[in-house]
Amino acid sequence: MNAERFFPLLFAMLLLPVAGLGQGFAGLGTDAGEGFAVPDPQTRFSFPDDHGPHPDYRIEWWYLTANLQDEAGRDYGIQWTLFRSALAPGEAEAWSSPQVWMGHAGLTTPEAHFVGERLARGGIGQAGVVADPFAAWIDDWSFEGATPANASLGASGDGFAYALELSSDAPFVPQGEDGYSVKSAEGQASYYYSQPFYTAEGTLTVGDQQIAVTGTAWLDREWSSQPLSDNQTGWDWFSLSLEDGHRVMAFRLRQTDGTAYHSGTWITPEGTPQPLAPDALRFTPLATTRVERSGATLPTRWRIEIPQHALDITVDALQPQSWMETLFPYWEGPIAITGSHTGRGYLEMTGYDEDTQ
Amino acid sequence: MLVAKSVEKSFQTSNGPLPVLRGVDLSLKSGETLALTGESGSGKSTFLHLAAGLDTIDAGTITISGTDVGTLSDAGRAELRRSRLGLVFQQFNLIPSLSVADNLAFQARLAGRLDPAWQVEITERLGLADLGARWPEQLSGGQQQRVAVGRTLAARPDLILADEPTGNLDEATGDQVLDLMLSLVAQSGAALLMVTHSDRLAARLDRRVHLRLGQLA
Amino acid sequence: MTALVFRTLLSHWRRRPFQIVTLLLGLTVATALWSAVQAVNAEARASYAAAASRLGGDQLDSFTVQGANSFDQSAYIALRRAGWEVSPMVEGRIRRADTTLRIIGFDPLTAPPQMGTGATLDADELGGFFGPGGVAFAEPDLIARLDGVDLPELRAVDGTPPRTLLMDIGAAQRLLDLDGQLTRLVSVPTATGPDPSDVTGLAFTRTPPEQGNDINALTDSFHLNLTAFGVLSFVVGLFIVYSAIGLAFEQRKPMLRTLRACGVPLARLLWVMLAELAALALIAGLAGVALGYFVAAALLPDVAATLDGLYGANVDGTLAFRPGWWAAGLAISMLGALIAAADTLWRTVHLPLLAPAQPNAWLGAQRRAMRWQIMAASLFIALAILGAALANSLIAGFALIAALMLGAALALPTLLSFALRVGAARARGPVSQWVWADGRLQLSRLSLALMALLVALSANIGVGTMVSSFRETFTGWLDQRLASEIYLTARDEAQADAILTYVAPRTTAQLPIFSTDLRWQGQQVELFGVADHATYRDNWPLIAQGPAPWDQLRARTGVLVNEQLALREGISPGDRLSLPTPSGLWALEVAAIYSDYGNPRGQLMVNVAGLTERFPDVDRLRYALRLPPGQAPDLIADLTERFDLGPQQIIDQQAIKSLSLSIFERTFTVTAALNVLTLGVAALALFTAMLTLQLMRLPAVAPLWAMGLTRAQLARIEMGRTVLLALLTGVLAIPVGLALAWVLMTIINVQAFGWRLPIFLYPLDWLRLVLLALVAAALAAALPALRLARTPPGALLRVFADER
Repeated sequence: MNAERFFPLLFAMLLLPVAGLGQGFAGLGTDAGEGFAVPDPQTRFSFPDDHGPHPDYRIEWWYLTANLQDEAGRDYGIQWTLFRSALAPGEAEAWSSPQVWMGHAGLTTPEAHFVGERLARGGIGQAGVVADPFAAWIDDWSFEGATPANASLGASGDGFAYALELSSDAPFVPQGEDGYSVKSAEGQASYYYSQPFYTAEGTLTVGDQQIAVTGTAWLDREWSSQPLSDNQTGWDWFSLSLEDGHRVMAFRLRQTDGTAYHSGTWITPEGTPQPLAPDALRFTPLATTRVERSGATLPTRWRIEIPQHALDITVDALQPQSWMETLFPYWEGPIAITGSHTGRGYLEMTGYDEDTQ
Repeated sequence: MLVAKSVEKSFQTSNGPLPVLRGVDLSLKSGETLALTGESGSGKSTFLHLAAGLDTIDAGTITISGTDVGTLSDAGRAELRRSRLGLVFQQFNLIPSLSVADNLAFQARLAGRLDPAWQVEITERLGLADLGARWPEQLSGGQQQRVAVGRTLAARPDLILADEPTGNLDEATGDQVLDLMLSLVAQSGAALLMVTHSDRLAARLDRRVHLRLGQLA
Repeated sequence: MTALVFRTLLSHWRRRPFQIVTLLLGLTVATALWSAVQAVNAEARASYAAAASRLGGDQLDSFTVQGANSFDQSAYIALRRAGWEVSPMVEGRIRRADTTLRIIGFDPLTAPPQMGTGATLDADELGGFFGPGGVAFAEPDLIARLDGVDLPELRAVDGTPPRTLLMDIGAAQRLLDLDGQLTRLVSVPTATGPDPSDVTGLAFTRTPPEQGNDINALTDSFHLNLTAFGVLSFVVGLFIVYSAIGLAFEQRKPMLRTLRACGVPLARLLWVMLAELAALALIAGLAGVALGYFVAAALLPDVAATLDGLYGANVDGTLAFRPGWWAAGLAISMLGALIAAADTLWRTVHLPLLAPAQPNAWLGAQRRAMRWQIMAASLFIALAILGAALANSLIAGFALIAALMLGAALALPTLLSFALRVGAARARGPVSQWVWADGRLQLSRLSLALMALLVALSANIGVGTMVSSFRETFTGWLDQRLASEIYLTARDEAQADAILTYVAPRTTAQLPIFSTDLRWQGQQVELFGVADHATYRDNWPLIAQGPAPWDQLRARTGVLVNEQLALREGISPGDRLSLPTPSGLWALEVAAIYSDYGNPRGQLMVNVAGLTERFPDVDRLRYALRLPPGQAPDLIADLTERFDLGPQQIIDQQAIKSLSLSIFERTFTVTAALNVLTLGVAALALFTAMLTLQLMRLPAVAPLWAMGLTRAQLARIEMGRTVLLALLTGVLAIPVGLALAWVLMTIINVQAFGWRLPIFLYPLDWLRLVLLALVAAALAAALPALRLARTPPGALLRVFADER
């Protein structure tokens, strides 16, 4: 899923503070290289340790999205993400640490979309993750609690802030084959588990207005060292919280030849995952939006079909201008689901900024 | 060629205006030579300066080939001097930093009328052929005045105005220079107005008029 | 026609090559000195601007902890975690390869975008940049100089400030031995968050962007001084040009008349003369700018050293090529030529076509010129006197100097003429009568060169008096100020305690000197805490005091203020002031004012116990040690060995004194160099004037030769008269120079540095200078006199033959 976006993001990030953007993506391909660990299909998750960081892997994230409503039933969405990127495997003292952290926060309303971004070095305490008791933070943004299943979430940025309490009784759901998530036909893969069953409650701040909200949230945890295939140009990733209690994770990785690699997981209300084969999913863009901030044109209304589960839905962006104006920009925002099933979810799209120059 | 009518000129002095010319009438035809004689202070040089446009007239008119000198601007008078007139002074007024040859060709070049054949002829006739590479300060007075005459004639002026051209030379040298000048003037067809205090020299020109106290006698 | 006229005008120079050489030389020298000063100033200003803008210093707020040079980086983490978007920096100096290097460590990830470094690293290299080895950015020249020195891997980045290494904060901490410590934080001006003192328990102060203002304000006076010298040299150079052009005009007058008589219109003639002037100015301008480049390159290292020593301003010691500077040099050459030729052009316009034969007209002309000059001189001197009473800014001070110098220069011909008239009245024999009388005739031609000499001599006396007085005051002051035998800076407080305990038996006193920077009345001031001890009571150089300054200090109710701060803020003893401290305002009474030469900053002194009470975080590392005489060297050797102290950590009094004096001397190196150059130009002006004058002197001396004086006698007389004129000028330069010194020391220095200095007189220096002027005049007159002595009789005869 959102593995792929981190690489270009990281790349931009590494260059920017010291200079302008330079070279392209070359060299950050499929090879893990330089002593980084590689995911192994046989390994199983071990909690709470796996809630914490895995510094031997090149990249890792703690990725939260929430679909929220106020008392009047208006829809909102928030995103909270902490990325870890290793310049070299392992840890080192203080400023010598090769670990680099990046935070993204978003808040979407029907009228607007707010974005915040933070960067930090590892080793000095400005950002990090501790498994037990769980804490993930960068600057004054945090995601903390006894375990990730019962935690407080907070972030702020230019013109917005949010503070939410998250809780879930459901188990963490391994994606892919028992947590081994394949990302291409060539076999790139990552470790990937989710907590898609949070209930969320808290307060959004938009400008100087405080809004009490409730809703659902979804956590993705993923780490890897070699997630991107050379011929993959971008992706469209969906997390769907259906009103009947099912959860669906689905993505398509677009390839240079115009075809795409599909994958997903059907999750029962009890939290049992059923991997979806590449040909079990169909994605059809129905309408596009031109993003004002970047000029990129991308689909903000989709038809998604999973015939084996009789799912045929249309998803619509709550705010078609949900553009993440970060070092490496992308689109991420809440969606509404209609059709054979109803519900809410999140959509992320990358790789659209280049084809609309 | 030159027609002067009721020309008046006075100079400001500490004792009030001093009239120098008090109504002078004079005319000169093409190809004619005229001597203007008079005592020191009679105003003869002043008349010449007015005719050359070197000074401005108070009253009356001087016309040269139909052009009223008094109505010309400073640039117009410069143009008149450059294209129609030739001036020869008692001090030879050569350009000390130019060679003799360059001095000889100077005014003809300035007037845009350089005629190499005529230049050569004048140089030879004036006996300056061997002196072309010298500097003015290396010449005797007679040689310098011959260069000045040659410079004027080389430009083929319509009218030559000469102010005591031999005044700085001894008698023999002066006569020699005057001979050359008159014969070349005759050859070129120019008119000549020469100011001199010497009756002997004046007698050699076609005509003479005498100024006394600012009026023609 | 234009080409012909142009060629004819130029033909004059071919016949008089010396004149054109003089003219070009004068204009070249004037342009060169002017451009050199401009180049030095431009280079320095560019360095300040680059230093301010590099790393965003002109756009970012700074956060520092009052009373502490550094603080623990946990405070940074605490602020980040409280929502402050600040970025950490660690800065310091190390010494490597005989160079003091400024180390700047920053964090590329949190650095605001305004903090551009100009450097590029790609993703692969970032690991190395963060890693234990580190990568440092520096300008290419510095890298070449640091070849083989033990430092992080160096990467050339053009535009990095001079003598500066930019690197990752972790590498900088290791290099500066400041593990886990930061010296300041930066943020964009809009950054907000909870009160930093509440978050961290440290007394953070936030300082707005500097925009290079501090260093500009500090160094402005220095650059103004340089500019004043540049203008002076330029003006003196123009004297040469003026006399050369004037002479050429006189000699070309007959040619101009002939050209006009032959029918060249006046306007055309003027345009051609202007074109000729422009061509000459272009040649001289190019040569002048090129020469100026070398002069500037020669001066720059001293200027850079001065600015570093005096203001801590970093200026690159090498000169950059600036196209704008070339253009400005050519423009100033044109302008100078035009100013010098204005008079000649004006006279060409009014040149009567008919030459008047008035051999004695010079007398009337000279009288008219002198009447005009003395009126202008009176006006300027009146302005100068008025200015002396009113001048209250640096610009006004320099305007006053300009008025004084102009007034004196313009009055010079009249004064000299008066002296010559007095001499003539007393002369007995006919020859001596002629000598005096002819001197007056000569004066109208020589007066400009003599004016240049007067200006140069009085500038020399004025500046020399100031520098010598300053040196005398400064040396005495150093003795008072540096009364302690050894000055010690410990690495940390534990080391300080250990050293103090160890040396206790061998010292007679251990005096703490703790200090902190304060933002007070909108400026950065240093607050020093000192002990109550005879060392201060007996020696400290107070220049104004209340009844019992040291008792007030001991009682922690009094504060001492340095002279420059007192002058700037209008503070006198007895005034009350309040200082910001971490625990609120501290009300104090001004107990005394003390002199503090060589320090551009404002400084305050309080009792050390009072300081540590109000600023508990202050570093307690510096001490002055008093010991019995003669024991300092042994103790320093012992301590250096035992405690592994660096040369900066333990310094004896003698070393500081010699360092201070060397900084002082360097400060005036450039002044002295420009002074010598100005005097040289003035001598050149006199020489060229004499040489050209000699060419016109033949008609004046020929009759005397005819009447029976030998050429050798005439030559001696000519030379003697020039030396006499130089002597008179030199004597007149002394009072003018002293007036200048007075203005420099009581107006310029006070405005520029905030120091008032006593004036000392150095008659021997004046004597030396006047003798120098006489030698210069004798040399200037020697060659023309020699030529006169060797003039062939024929040339003298010709005067009678064709002089009109």
